Amino acid sequence: MSEQGIGKRVVRKEDQRFLTGKGHYTDDLQRIRQTHAYFLRSPHAHAKIARIDTKAAQSAPGVVAVFTGADTAAAKVGSLICGWVVKDKHGEPHKAPPHPALAVDTVRHVGDTVAMVIAETEAQAKDAAEKIVVDYQELPAVINPAKALDKGAAQLHAEAPGNLCYDWELGDRAAVDAAFAKAAHVTKIDLVNNRLIPNAMEPRAAAAEYDAGSGQYTLWTTSQNPHVTRLVLSAFVLGIPEHKLRVIAPDVGGGFGSKIFIYAEETLLTWASAKVNRPIKWTAERNESFVSDAHGRDHVTHAELAMDKDGKFLALKVDTIANMGAYLSTFATAVPTYLYGTLLAGQYTTPAIHVNVRSVFTNTAPVDAYRGAGRPEATFVLERIVEQAAREMKIDKAELRRRNFIATDAYPYQTPVALAYDSGNYAGALKKALEMADYDGFEKRRADSKAKGKLRGIGLSAYIEACGLAPSAVVGSLGAGVGQWESAQVRFNPTGNVQVYTGSHSHGQGHETTFAQLVSTQLGVPLDQVEVIHGDTASVPFGMGTYGSRSLAVGGSAIVKACDKIIAKGKKIAAHMLEASAADIEFKNGVFSIAGTDKQVPLGGVVFSAYVPHNYPLNEVEPGMDENAFYDPANFTYPAGVHICEIEIDPDTGVSTIAKFTAVDDFGNLVNPMIVEGQVHGGIGQGIGQALLEHGVYDEKSGQLLTGSYMDYTMPRADDLPSFDVGYQVTPCPHNPLGVKGCGEAGAIAAPAAVMNAIHDALAPVGVKSIDMPATSSRVWQAIQRANTKMAAE
Amino acid sequence: MEMTGEYRIPAPRPTVWSALNDPAVLQACIPGCESLERGAENEFKATVRAKVGPVSARFSGKVSLSDFDPPKSYRISGEGQGGAAGFAKGGAVVNLEEDGAGTILRYTADAQVGGKLAQIGSRLIDGTAKKLADEFFEAFAAKVGAMAGPAASDTAEAAAATVVTAGLPGSEPAQMAVARNAAPPSSKGAMMRWLAIAGLAVLVVVAWLAFR
Repeated sequence: MSEQGIGKRVVRKEDQRFLTGKGHYTDDLQRIRQTHAYFLRSPHAHAKIARIDTKAAQSAPGVVAVFTGADTAAAKVGSLICGWVVKDKHGEPHKAPPHPALAVDTVRHVGDTVAMVIAETEAQAKDAAEKIVVDYQELPAVINPAKALDKGAAQLHAEAPGNLCYDWELGDRAAVDAAFAKAAHVTKIDLVNNRLIPNAMEPRAAAAEYDAGSGQYTLWTTSQNPHVTRLVLSAFVLGIPEHKLRVIAPDVGGGFGSKIFIYAEETLLTWASAKVNRPIKWTAERNESFVSDAHGRDHVTHAELAMDKDGKFLALKVDTIANMGAYLSTFATAVPTYLYGTLLAGQYTTPAIHVNVRSVFTNTAPVDAYRGAGRPEATFVLERIVEQAAREMKIDKAELRRRNFIATDAYPYQTPVALAYDSGNYAGALKKALEMADYDGFEKRRADSKAKGKLRGIGLSAYIEACGLAPSAVVGSLGAGVGQWESAQVRFNPTGNVQVYTGSHSHGQGHETTFAQLVSTQLGVPLDQVEVIHGDTASVPFGMGTYGSRSLAVGGSAIVKACDKIIAKGKKIAAHMLEASAADIEFKNGVFSIAGTDKQVPLGGVVFSAYVPHNYPLNEVEPGMDENAFYDPANFTYPAGVHICEIEIDPDTGVSTIAKFTAVDDFGNLVNPMIVEGQVHGGIGQGIGQALLEHGVYDEKSGQLLTGSYMDYTMPRADDLPSFDVGYQVTPCPHNPLGVKGCGEAGAIAAPAAVMNAIHDALAPVGVKSIDMPATSSRVWQAIQRANTKMAAE
Repeated sequence: MEMTGEYRIPAPRPTVWSALNDPAVLQACIPGCESLERGAENEFKATVRAKVGPVSARFSGKVSLSDFDPPKSYRISGEGQGGAAGFAKGGAVVNLEEDGAGTILRYTADAQVGGKLAQIGSRLIDGTAKKLADEFFEAFAAKVGAMAGPAASDTAEAAAATVVTAGLPGSEPAQMAVARNAAPPSSKGAMMRWLAIAGLAVLVVVAWLAFR
């Protein structure tokens, strides 16, 4: 038992089916009379649609139907929604221009959906789409968020004058100005947080079916939160009663945030399935994913840090322009505000912080949450400026952080940007990470590299995140349109095995194992007797899904609560069976016993009795052993830690090689350290990808996506990454029953700043002051050449 | 993307000029050209089908002419719609200059591709544009050179001088060029239009290459 419980490196139950090709993904579906959809997309960044002629396509072989924006508008298909209302600095809600699932008279980004063709086969749908004639009248486009607010910039929406979605602020501006006035030193930095394209291994897919007899719709979709999809499609977009829409998210191959959102394609499939009265399936091709998945990041930021003469942080001010893309995706508005501005205190006692964020519309794919969502952007700003300050002040970068850390006895700690941290040991994590990375030996290694003609640098990133989304009352007060509890149902069968229904969704995280470990530990049931079920609104009572490192902290806590109810009920039944008082019954390792005696009955016996209540306290408890629980967290959780990157650069080629990457994370208690390691590794891989390789680039003039395939969008590969040294600092979360904090996003949050700090450290001796992500070999080489030229001139 | 090119064609300018008016010559030099139709004033429509690897697309092209400076230069602007594949569009300034017995053809073109073409082909287009233009003009030069015949170089200067003096570009050599084919062009504008089609075809074919 103990070999499979909490804290053990249990091999993932789900891997057997994934690794042997026995998973069930949306595209595997073959429904009777199934048709296929193909979406004709805009080749222009911005254009009026003068005319669409679908006549030839309608009569093409195998075509069942062709729909355009005129059809969906006539059918009153609602706008896709943004579910988080951000109020600007004047208290006005953000500008929310309509987002039609099919463009009506204007396309606003390359890839915008223009027509849907439904045919007997995918090939026929594609061929028919070739026959659709669209007369576009091209309009000027704006791509760069830094230019979207310019006078004379192309305008996207009448509802959002000047392309401004909102002008938002947080913090005490007056206090910040006062602190800057008396600062001994001010460090300034300009940063671009590069646009990322998510690239989950499984592209987005959907299939929809309508039962004309019952009026029931079923949507299979690659979603991280099927219940949220059901709520949005029923209540806001399609007007289908919630009980008449079943949403199933079967096995899903990765999401990273991009599958949280409710997109045009699944909306249209659901709507059209009743129109054509046949099942419809669609699976994105990779090139569709590039232009139509919600992208990530894309910030332009200026920040200033004020310090006293000893490097004590006095105040921080941050000014950011965040790209929303052409339309607001489901949670787009929250990412650069409440998931970004609130994190700018980091691990430090900075007493005054002010952040101003202007979110803008541009002729690019919508931008929304991507692994970390706002928190990587905040960490990048803070940890880059802290390390630049250390260089300018000539204070050791670790020492400067130590001088400013929140003390371990200061919790709960109220930051000047709304959050109240619950626990942490930042100095402890730093100490451990410095030891693991042999920080003290670095200068020797730098000298060795120099002797070989190489440049070596080391960079730190002391990150914090707010995870476990989220206390419903808090997010509600900040504009969220939903609660962020989680639900669980623990249902015993008469034969003693358990089905656990969770509203969390696993698309790579390993919940079927982790949650089974939880239940196994709580109830003393062997791991292989526990089945975790998720992803179907018809079987799982409710759920808010998986994002924001919330599954274990919130979903796991709900499971613990349901287990507690099982135990409480079991005690009453056991008391009856053992002829004792329920107050005297203890439960341990799957056995109920009378305290202080050897009289006992196993849980299996109690469960059997609950379903076969021949001798049962029916006047006290109902038959059955099936409990539901909802859990709404008291606070966010605050995972934190220190990542250290050591890098070696060949100045002749600009090639950066990561020599060593160390991560010390505080996730609270660990349920399955092997799965946690996997999450950390994957997150760091994505973080290194952002720092060195990945960049979603649109042509600034034409608005064409230039990095629209793997020829140009560089995903990190195994040989781009070192082996990671992973360690932990454990301070249990004080407000959830498991003491867990969440581990899914840490790597992607921490790594970019660590890598870029290492690169700046390596390049500082040759005079390079600033280089943007991704620090490709070409960019690094050019920066070195420019610095050489400049030095020679001086 | 911008591309420039310069080709010496071993035929006098009037011959080159006329050959550019010959749909048969153009069809032979532009792969996959299915039709050429007159549209509005100074506008033509072309349909070209290309199959590159697994991708087959029919481009419908629209060309407009401007900035006439006969017989030296003009500008063409064109756009080819490739359906779901995206589009190619651009403009080109084309110059013909006498060079002894031959003619030097120069062009400066800027082309843009959109949609899937840009998404997949943006990396390839710069490298392949030049190669494609070379292929087209090499075929064109060979054809025109052969039509001009071995005697052409001896008489070219006189012929060209005649044309310029007469202010009737294309009149005499055009009969040579169109001998195998349709009615001779009725005006300078019409000849320019054929040249424009050739230019557009280059742009469109460049777009196909982007698909590879």
